[in-house]
Amino acid sequence: MTPSSNPKMAVAEPPVVPPPTADRQLRLQRAWKEPTGFFGWFTKVHHTSIGTRFLVTAFIFFVLGGLLAMLMRLQLARPENRFLGPDKYNQFFTMHGSTMIFLFAVPLMFQGLGIYLVPLIVGTRNIAFPRLAAFSYYIYLFGCVFFWVGLLLNTGADRGWFAYVTLSGPDFSPGKRVDFWAQMITFTETSALATAVCLAATILKHRAPGMSLNRMPMILWEKLVLSFMVIFAMPAVMLSSSMLLLDRTVGTQFFNPAEGGDVLLYQHLFWFFGHPDVYIIFLPGTAIITTLVTCFTRRHIFGYLALVVSTISIGFIGFGVWVHHMFATGLPQMGESFFTAATLMIVIPTAVQFFCWIATIWEGRLQFKFPMWWVAGFFFVFMIGGLSGLMLASVPVDTQVHDTFFVVAHFHYVLIGGAVFPMFGALYFWIPKMMGRMMNEKLGYWNFWLFFIGFNMTFFTMHFLGLRGMTRRVYTYLPEMNWGWLNFVATIGAFLMGAGVLVFIINFFWSRVHGRIAGTDPWKAGSLEWAVPSPPPHYNFAELPTVNGREALWDAEPNQPIVTGVRDDIREVLITDSLDGDPDSKMDSPEPSAWPFWAAIAITGLFVGSVFSAKSVEYTSIPVIITLIGWYWPKWRETQQRKATEVWSD
Amino acid sequence: MERLSERPALDVSALPTVVFGPRNPVWLGTILFMLIEGSMIAMVWACYFYYRTRTSDWPPGVLPPNLTWGVANGIVFILSLGPAWWIRRKARAGDLLGCRIWLSVLALFGLVNIILRGFEFANLNCRWSANAYASTIWVLMGVHSGHLLTDFIETVVLAALAFTDRVDGTRFTDFDENSMYWYFVVGIALVTNFVVYGASRLF
Repeated sequence: MTPSSNPKMAVAEPPVVPPPTADRQLRLQRAWKEPTGFFGWFTKVHHTSIGTRFLVTAFIFFVLGGLLAMLMRLQLARPENRFLGPDKYNQFFTMHGSTMIFLFAVPLMFQGLGIYLVPLIVGTRNIAFPRLAAFSYYIYLFGCVFFWVGLLLNTGADRGWFAYVTLSGPDFSPGKRVDFWAQMITFTETSALATAVCLAATILKHRAPGMSLNRMPMILWEKLVLSFMVIFAMPAVMLSSSMLLLDRTVGTQFFNPAEGGDVLLYQHLFWFFGHPDVYIIFLPGTAIITTLVTCFTRRHIFGYLALVVSTISIGFIGFGVWVHHMFATGLPQMGESFFTAATLMIVIPTAVQFFCWIATIWEGRLQFKFPMWWVAGFFFVFMIGGLSGLMLASVPVDTQVHDTFFVVAHFHYVLIGGAVFPMFGALYFWIPKMMGRMMNEKLGYWNFWLFFIGFNMTFFTMHFLGLRGMTRRVYTYLPEMNWGWLNFVATIGAFLMGAGVLVFIINFFWSRVHGRIAGTDPWKAGSLEWAVPSPPPHYNFAELPTVNGREALWDAEPNQPIVTGVRDDIREVLITDSLDGDPDSKMDSPEPSAWPFWAAIAITGLFVGSVFSAKSVEYTSIPVIITLIGWYWPKWRETQQRKATEVWSD
Repeated sequence: MERLSERPALDVSALPTVVFGPRNPVWLGTILFMLIEGSMIAMVWACYFYYRTRTSDWPPGVLPPNLTWGVANGIVFILSLGPAWWIRRKARAGDLLGCRIWLSVLALFGLVNIILRGFEFANLNCRWSANAYASTIWVLMGVHSGHLLTDFIETVVLAALAFTDRVDGTRFTDFDENSMYWYFVVGIALVTNFVVYGASRLF
């Protein structure tokens, strides 16, 4: 990497900054202090606080979703089992799928990791719109609680994670189960959209000077592409689930064929979200793989431009393949051929990524530290998922194995391979930064091998079950089908996976107390989060950095300049140009506030109320308006402070 | 405590703290919210035309919405672009009095829009539960009314704020961006009006 040739980045010569005093750090600590205590919890706005909450909450729901899966596997372990009845089984598989997709995968991989890491990697002191980020957590949390309270009250969603009409419509699904599912979508997608706005604005406006677009680490490119994917994909599912809710609660006719409604429209809208969502779950995994491969091969990533273009093209192509989920609905053959071609096309950017990683490993000095085991697991598992994906892209094969366990095997290979394996790699890699202590390596290996072996036992067998005709979402089967032993193996595997996750949890709590002190940069990695102490202070950087290459720390000059002139007595942040990362302006970052919490409470009232009575919106919207005004209304003291020091642009 | 070093400096102390348009992250945030809301309503437009392909009788079994109130509201929407434009101009000049006047005028326009929208709902010539077409135009108008109400309330709040002593440079950028969002509301209103009133007659 060559030093900056950008004339705008030329640094004033000298002046040299005098060694900053401890006073300055104390001022920063005072200005950026996060509230403490019970009431303080509701007012925190720093991205490390919010990111940690997302990570912890989403992981809890990962465990809960996994427990449901283990119960389902127990039910299927032998033929004609009566452990769960059909009704419980329906609720469990629906809650499992919905939880894993909406309450775990996107919130952890996109929101949790994004909110925690992005401001550190761009080199700023807080996320853009931190109160919105705080709001996105609360509304997510309330959505989770709402959905799972439903299950505990025997109102657990039971129509599958995509709740197809007409089965989920008012005629075939009386009661409130589907309404809880539909409104959970509104909660979680509101949250994801709010996070997307925060992350995109942080990446485009808060990057450290010198971090031009072509110097952004891949994880920033991925979060940027993902934010736009969320922005264009999530409204589709919010719309389809709202239309479903309206059909069920106020008698609209969107999906009622007797009144001109159309059931396939629901599927189009759902999958216009649903397939991009697969990439929303998978792309964070690829960025984690890129980060880990770069770090543990001690070299810059091979084919940076190709990786960026691949990420962007997956973002685009991901919106053009949704109909492959609908091959069995009898669409025109021409349309099916088009979507087969589009689906196959996505292999190209994915393969480009794989070749870039292989080339990087080939050319680098590979250090096989234990986060890298998860990268190896990803390669193996995701590759198999990709290959069965190629088979399913073909209409005749898809029609043959539609709704069988072959499909279940495929998407678990893709989603667990593409998201959960990288997630564990990411947690082992970044938890030392977040917690300040290293995770235990030996337990890490136990975690990996239990999970890896268990995963393949569970899901590889499902390919055969699917090909032998076992359909998904059926709570039991007859002994004559000869599916028993394969199912039994799958059940054993599921419990091994569960044991692997349990080992991770034990490792986490053990390492919190006994783990080796991590220090600033335990992996000798290159991006900016490794320049701050572990765990990071709430001002993140005592000295705001400048950047000289894609791996900021590896490429830094011996006397890499720092930024001065950003106030340390108030929460001030530097704003830079979106393309070149040149310093452009400064602005205040919002203070802690309880208003996002109250706004989330008010909006929860509106969402929950509308499940039971559409008319309730008339009065539940009033607290929403009040809390949003309260959120916005500026404090007199802050206004006067700003007035006294503000500088208008020309 | 982190060790601090002696290094060359990139001094940013002279940078402005009040910037307008794309230089301001809030501008970007507003644009992103417009993309979210825009893609949401664009999908409802798409639903409308999807339903249109499912039947030959359009609108199915009901009369198209009466034109009068829709056209009247469309005209008011277009006229409201004037005060919104003036707000941006005055905000960027730091003219508080001008902002107070034009924010108040825009709030009045918003009020008229909302009243006219009420008449529009009364003249759709169908209930939402009649059929899928009826459901769609009710949701179209409903989603847009959500935008309209949101920006009306925001305009009223900003107008009220402009009459207090809590106005600093940041608030002028808010005035500016509120107008940008109003342009969006008007643009979406015109397309939605075309779909609701025009497409039911033309296609």
